[in-house]
Amino acid sequence: MSQKQYWKGLDELNNTDAHKEVVENEFRESLPFDVSDSLLGSTAPRRDFLKYLGFSTAAAILAASCEMPVRRAIPYAIKPEDIVPGVPNYYASTFTDGGDYCAVIIKTRDGRPIKLEGNPKSSITKGGTSARVQASVLNLYDKARLRQPQADGKEASFDAIDRQIKEALTANARPAYILTSSILSPSTKEVIAQFLAKYPGSKHVVADPVSYSGMLMANEASYGKRALPSYHFEKAETIVSLGADFLGTWLSPIEFAKQYSSGRRISAQNLKMSKHYQVESVHSLTGANADHRATCRPSESGAVAVALYNAVVNGTVPSFGSKKLNEVITKAAADLKKGNGLVVSGSNDVSVQTVVNAINDKIGANGTTINWGVASNYKQGIDADMVALVEAMNAGQVGTLIIHGLNPVYEYHDSKKFVDGLAKVPVTVSTADRMDETAQKVKFVIPDHHFLENWGDAEPKTGFFSLQQPGIAPLFKTRAFQDNLMTWAGATGTYADFWKQYWMGKLGSQANFDQTLQEGILEPAAETISGAAFSGNVSDAIAKVSANKVATGMEVVVYQKVAIGHGGAWSNNPWLLEMPDPITKATWDNYAAVSPLRAKELHAELNGQNEVDAKKHVIKVKAGGVEMELPIVVVPGMHNDVVAVALGFGRDAKVGRAAASDATKGGKNAYPFTSFNGQTVMYTAPATVEETGKLYDIAITQTHHSYEGRPVVHEFTAEEFAKNPNALIEERFEEIGKFTALPWSEGKKEEGHKEENAGEMAEKMDEGFRENGTMFPNYDNEPSHQGIHWGMSFDLNSCIGCGACVVGCQAENNISVVGKEHVAKAHEMHWIRIDRYFSGMPEDPDSIQTVFQPMTCQHCDNAPCENVCPVSATNHSSEGLNQMAYNRCIGTKYCANNCPYKVRHFNWMDWNGADCFDDNLYEDGRRDDMNDDLTRMVLNPDVTVRSRGVMEKCSFCVQRLQDGKLNAKKAGRPLIDGEVKTACQQACPTDAITFGNYYDKESAIYKLRQKDQKERLFYVLEQIHTLPNVSYLAKVRNTDEIVAGNEKLDGMMNEHI
Amino acid sequence: MCGKFGDCVVVLPLLCLKGTLIFNFIPVPESFKPMFQKITRSAFAFVIALLLSSISAYAAPDGKAIFQSNCASCHNPLKDATGPHLQGVDGRVPSKDWIYNWVHNSSAVIASGDKYANELYNKWGKTNMTPFPGLSKEEIDAVVTYVNSVKAPTPGGETPGATGEAPAENNGWLYTIITLALVVLMIILWRANAGLRRVASEKEGLPVEKEIPVYRNKVFIAVAAIVVFIAAGYWIVNGAINMGRQQNYQPQQPIFYSHKVHAGINQINCLYCHAGAEKSRQAMIPSPNICMNCHKQINEYTGEKEYPLYTAEGKKVDGTAEIHKLYEYAGWDPVKKEYKRKANGDIDAKPISWVKIHNLPDHVYFNHSQHVKVGQVQCQRCHGPIQDMDEVYQFAPLSMGWCINCHRQTQVQFANNNYYSIFEKYHQELQAGKRTGVTVEDIGGLECQRCHY
Repeated sequence: MSQKQYWKGLDELNNTDAHKEVVENEFRESLPFDVSDSLLGSTAPRRDFLKYLGFSTAAAILAASCEMPVRRAIPYAIKPEDIVPGVPNYYASTFTDGGDYCAVIIKTRDGRPIKLEGNPKSSITKGGTSARVQASVLNLYDKARLRQPQADGKEASFDAIDRQIKEALTANARPAYILTSSILSPSTKEVIAQFLAKYPGSKHVVADPVSYSGMLMANEASYGKRALPSYHFEKAETIVSLGADFLGTWLSPIEFAKQYSSGRRISAQNLKMSKHYQVESVHSLTGANADHRATCRPSESGAVAVALYNAVVNGTVPSFGSKKLNEVITKAAADLKKGNGLVVSGSNDVSVQTVVNAINDKIGANGTTINWGVASNYKQGIDADMVALVEAMNAGQVGTLIIHGLNPVYEYHDSKKFVDGLAKVPVTVSTADRMDETAQKVKFVIPDHHFLENWGDAEPKTGFFSLQQPGIAPLFKTRAFQDNLMTWAGATGTYADFWKQYWMGKLGSQANFDQTLQEGILEPAAETISGAAFSGNVSDAIAKVSANKVATGMEVVVYQKVAIGHGGAWSNNPWLLEMPDPITKATWDNYAAVSPLRAKELHAELNGQNEVDAKKHVIKVKAGGVEMELPIVVVPGMHNDVVAVALGFGRDAKVGRAAASDATKGGKNAYPFTSFNGQTVMYTAPATVEETGKLYDIAITQTHHSYEGRPVVHEFTAEEFAKNPNALIEERFEEIGKFTALPWSEGKKEEGHKEENAGEMAEKMDEGFRENGTMFPNYDNEPSHQGIHWGMSFDLNSCIGCGACVVGCQAENNISVVGKEHVAKAHEMHWIRIDRYFSGMPEDPDSIQTVFQPMTCQHCDNAPCENVCPVSATNHSSEGLNQMAYNRCIGTKYCANNCPYKVRHFNWMDWNGADCFDDNLYEDGRRDDMNDDLTRMVLNPDVTVRSRGVMEKCSFCVQRLQDGKLNAKKAGRPLIDGEVKTACQQACPTDAITFGNYYDKESAIYKLRQKDQKERLFYVLEQIHTLPNVSYLAKVRNTDEIVAGNEKLDGMMNEHI
Repeated sequence: MCGKFGDCVVVLPLLCLKGTLIFNFIPVPESFKPMFQKITRSAFAFVIALLLSSISAYAAPDGKAIFQSNCASCHNPLKDATGPHLQGVDGRVPSKDWIYNWVHNSSAVIASGDKYANELYNKWGKTNMTPFPGLSKEEIDAVVTYVNSVKAPTPGGETPGATGEAPAENNGWLYTIITLALVVLMIILWRANAGLRRVASEKEGLPVEKEIPVYRNKVFIAVAAIVVFIAAGYWIVNGAINMGRQQNYQPQQPIFYSHKVHAGINQINCLYCHAGAEKSRQAMIPSPNICMNCHKQINEYTGEKEYPLYTAEGKKVDGTAEIHKLYEYAGWDPVKKEYKRKANGDIDAKPISWVKIHNLPDHVYFNHSQHVKVGQVQCQRCHGPIQDMDEVYQFAPLSMGWCINCHRQTQVQFANNNYYSIFEKYHQELQAGKRTGVTVEDIGGLECQRCHY
């Protein structure tokens, strides 16, 4: 165990002096006064003491003795029948953002949507969510949203705008264009069709901020239909991804994460799991989860696809410079040939996608893991159409341009040309919800509703429908995009009426309609999988791919962050901005991600500016005539010749305070690095980099909360696990076995009780260790400890590190956003964090393996934090909860010091205006809109908003536990297992979290710990007898070797850098 | 020592910085005490009465009580209201079974095509009567018996049963005066004694000790200082603890709404208006449209003679005028007997801005349904004799100690609720007779995160 080396960052690996210092000083700033001998030795310490005492007493008295305000209780004038104040209502609805889709359930309290959950009835997302879905409720209350329609930058009325637009449309000298992102809604498509019919000559152009044109066009050439198929990762035994981040950002990550994780649930009884190969140039979330991973140049990705094709078809051994790459391709090809394989590619190049189609055809994926019978509608944009539109605009051939769901001024690869064209269009309309870059340049802005304010529907896959109902009436004077089109086309009624008619027509009866609306989902009973005949021209595609020159020198890759995605309104979402990136753990900015080796060359290595220090070296990246200065973030596992920049940053000030960027904050816009190759938009380009000597602060959380090298993660290869499933039990026994029996007990052996049967041993070991591993009494024997004992388990094999739980928890528990400056000081408040551990050699990106470990309060039954609290503000409940009473806490922070898991967070500032002192609120210019009256509507009324000076941490969502218990009591029945879900558990798209009552022998958590998964079970830092109520299941990687356990690599590692 | 007192002197004026502050520290004036005693006593009496009445309710259904809590909001025995008057109902309807069916589910009777039912439905504006499937046949019979027994009031006939609340006797002031007089007498005697002794000594030529004045007597100063220190400490600590608590808070409300008239005299079930108490954390203040269920008909206060209404300050209140204030809020036109409507057809109602009396700090989670529905706690246990209050005041201190005390003493509904079946050890102990009951404390009811999260 001990020789396995995992590291959170290079500084930890190299144990730099700065890192050591940080580890020693958990709270990084010095105390506000001098704590030296001079305080006591000074001339008048008593007077100072009295001054402090007098001041604080006076301050406390003044604060507390404020006259009690007269509070008002205002009931409804006419109470709606279905609302009981204080009881949440739930409505099934649909989240769509461009083509991104998730079936959701809206939780409303007293008429306000406060939380979104996944809708488990959907067969596509199956109740999963993503960080963005969880955070979308905050966008509803975004202060930067437009509150009025605008004409020429001034507020205007709908009538005036409608009149002008109608006139222009009727005059119809030049055709009208509707430019939208991918539309999933069938009724909206109908509305658009009616509009186009009303104004002959008008056109609908679809484009996506991040394009999938390459796939659509390749599929058209290969299968005769311009469509995307349905993928089935759960049916795949071999998954090969060529740069597709299908767990993080590619196409439909929630759906794929659900499928992927269900194919990787492993136990001693069921040893089957899929094998995942990833070849990529950046270090993506998906790559971090891969069993075998190799890197290649971005310009080589086509060649890799061809090599894989050749390996599959002819068994040709590839001949790339990288040994690991050749090995991965060869192995992947061999596995793919066994059947049930699936190859996906993130490339937007038509030829590359054609080669991928050919591979899938050769391995028989069509009809097994790829379903051509059901099309995925997520992305429909064709880049060439968009380019043609911009040409037409510049040629003065466009009369009216209506832009919906897109922000081309920001997102289009040639923004200047678009702006020029826009100026030549007489009537331009945007439906942006804020004054974004495009909205500022158009004549009319008619803000669209937020999706939580609007009726609608979606057809994410052909034949699979999902209805969207609002959770709140529109907050501002906004109007649905569809209503605009209907008004201008002279239709009667509103879109809501049209929508209802549309669905009544489809569903037949009111009863059917009501039921479908209530469930939110209308799907065929089962998805039948069918293939398609491949008729693409492979040799031509291979020729084209081979003709592409492989670049030398650096290449820039533009990618999407898991949290921010393509940009849009997400750029101004403080929850998402503060969510640490799964791989880099950076917040609030984008940056140039480079490999450690490259960083060393650019003199940004550890000895200069290491990872502990927020100050990062800034480099100048030049590509395609664009220059950008970006700070370096060192990411192990990146290809050495790649610099990766995330989209969605560098926004205009009017997009919102959190998004606003300038030289000192908010990052840079990476879209200008994209280019059009005559067919599709490319997201990579040859680049040069140079040092600038400047420094820029990046707030990274990876070095916070160090375990100082203690082993906290367990990992096995599938082979090792199959050979000896009990290895972990034995390993744990080595560590704690001698404490499981008292020294004087009968039959005590030197190393403790060792049973022949490993399962029995595990059980006895746990019991014995609980009882005898301490000199203190076992409080579990107290009479009040019965009935309920909450327990949670994280499956490290299922956890993909996506961060949905982090944001879900933030929404549920009113967790404060602290802003970049304070994240840099390790003051972030997230109750659950995902620790990311690397292993391998930093200089060899192909050797890097990554493990994600969700870490939250372990609710220890023998909690170190409880014993040191001087005021007993944190103590233990009879249900096994480590309780935190905020109003009792005086902020000594002893508990945080004594917590071995580093999961306690102190409120250093008044983040939310919860203090009774006025004007005490912390402001930093970017996070401040979090405390607006509007934004505060998102707060969960069942959870206290914490004030300055108190400690806080995960509560196992105690408000949900109490509510679940109350409901059971009201119904007069015991709690049902699974009835109560924590926010993180509910948000998780991979079902990595199990939660329940451990005392209930029928519960999932009991069965998991005692029966199904006892071989993989472990507790973090178990040997210190904290008796955590959170357990973990060891990671099993379907690979040949676990890098962290390899002595040879460890030896080499120590020679590095 | 002097230093310490010096600090005290610094702190105390600080404490007095705000005028209101001093008031906070003054204990409840003596003169209020009788009222509290009375309240406590009557609350106790009420709880007992309630227990007794619930026991008797099991013996035979109380027609009046059932009528008041279920029917009275729409029906009057003598007058037509939202629904028809009920006296002689058994004579009017086709059969006795018809009444049972009608009460249990009137819409089913109408749907069955029953002639009488349909006539009734059409006559009363095609509104369904709320179904009461829970009422047994005996209970319905009891209601019929009761409505038939109600006599029309003879004008000016009955004199109100004068409650004759004689002010409770209190001799405290007398004892105080006697004590003070005795103390003064003691001092006088002591001084006289000392003076006489001195005179005697002088006479006998004995050396006379020079008398030190009391205020320079070190023993006295020391004792006095300690007494003042302890008293001040007690006073400050108590005052600080009570800060922010509002026991007996009795603000003026926008409408003089008398719980005594509604819940006391007219016996309307608390849950009729505060329906949230069984479902939600909030008991819910009813919206004006709930009031209008009854007040469409009841447009004047007819109890002027029997129960004249007075504010806490003793000012006379015109009940009818208060009902008309309600009409203002509810958007009801009492002359036309219909709702005033806005242009879009919505009722032109305004919410009433009541003054919130029971305030808990933000960090306290309290759930009514847990107590009312699960714990079967009577409203009066926390809200006091609400049925006797014209203007509501805060009866309980709503302090944490008060909550905790109740959680220590109150037994949970252990046997009747299957949720508690998971507490196996307690069930065994109960069976074995080792335990008489399970209190809230026993199942973790004193733990922080039951109320603070």
